[in-house]
Amino acid sequence: MSRAPIQFRDSSRISAELFCLTYGSLVAQLLHDYETDEDVTKQLETMGYNIGVRLIEDFLSHTSSPKCQDFTDAMTVVVKDGFRIYLGVVPSLTNWSADAKECSIMIDQNPLTTWVELPENHPRLFYSTLLCGVVRGCLEMVNYRVEAKFVKDVLCGDEATEMRVKLLEVLHDSAPSDD
Amino acid sequence: RAVVMIFNFYLFDRKGTCLFYQEWRRISKASAPTEGHTKLMFGMLYSLKKMVQQFSPVPPKVGFGSYKTESYKLHYFETASGLRFVLNTDLVVPDLTEALKNIYAQVYVEYAVKNPLYVVGEPITSELFRTKLDELVRALSVFA
Repeated sequence: MSRAPIQFRDSSRISAELFCLTYGSLVAQLLHDYETDEDVTKQLETMGYNIGVRLIEDFLSHTSSPKCQDFTDAMTVVVKDGFRIYLGVVPSLTNWSADAKECSIMIDQNPLTTWVELPENHPRLFYSTLLCGVVRGCLEMVNYRVEAKFVKDVLCGDEATEMRVKLLEVLHDSAPSDD
Repeated sequence: RAVVMIFNFYLFDRKGTCLFYQEWRRISKASAPTEGHTKLMFGMLYSLKKMVQQFSPVPPKVGFGSYKTESYKLHYFETASGLRFVLNTDLVVPDLTEALKNIYAQVYVEYAVKNPLYVVGEPITSELFRTKLDELVRALSVFA
């Protein structure tokens, strides 16, 4: 029972096609199981969150980037390292709000949607919402509680795919319980 | 001399739950890992970290790595996600930060995080985890 450690340089370790098709059938099954697109989105987000809280440990244990000083810093790492390592793309980080608490991740090339076309009865389904959950889960484990959601998606006919991330709260070390 | 120089190991999560405890040679009978004992350990680590942060003239990057008493040395490593890895050893043992990082990457991530049956934040009960940790610690050059 020994497993080879993750080879970060070799990003084609699993077939991207297999991954995309698996994700596609997952979404299709959810559409089958739930009534509304909102419910499906919610499920995808929760699944992503559960992935995120684990994925962050894998990420931290294999990278030696210094501890992030602030939210801007953390978002840069998410985009430049997180997306690059796990999805093989580097999205751009734009549209920062004046207080530096909100920003947009513009995903030009979304590997999840290579072969996807939304059916007509789901015109506003944000297909890749799983990624929002992953981002939320990861950031929460390093003390940034955020809200992440897609506001634009090329699949829905928008000109770009945009994930909006909003910082809700910076968490602190929880003190030992009092007894 | 055939003395086990590594005494015990603790793993705490960000909330202070003791996820795992293992010992190779108990320091004294009085230090059995009761709940009160692990709480005391976590409270001490928490306070020590706070103190290090407050007393440091510049913002500290890693906090503290170890301390010594007359009878043991405590080695400490904390991840950005708030996991705290602790090894208590004999006084002569050199820096074990690398070993703690290896426990994180090669044991915790591989055999707890990637185990779908493991619930994040719950104590680890996996025998495989225990075995792998034991192998890693026994393979350390200071484990004699």
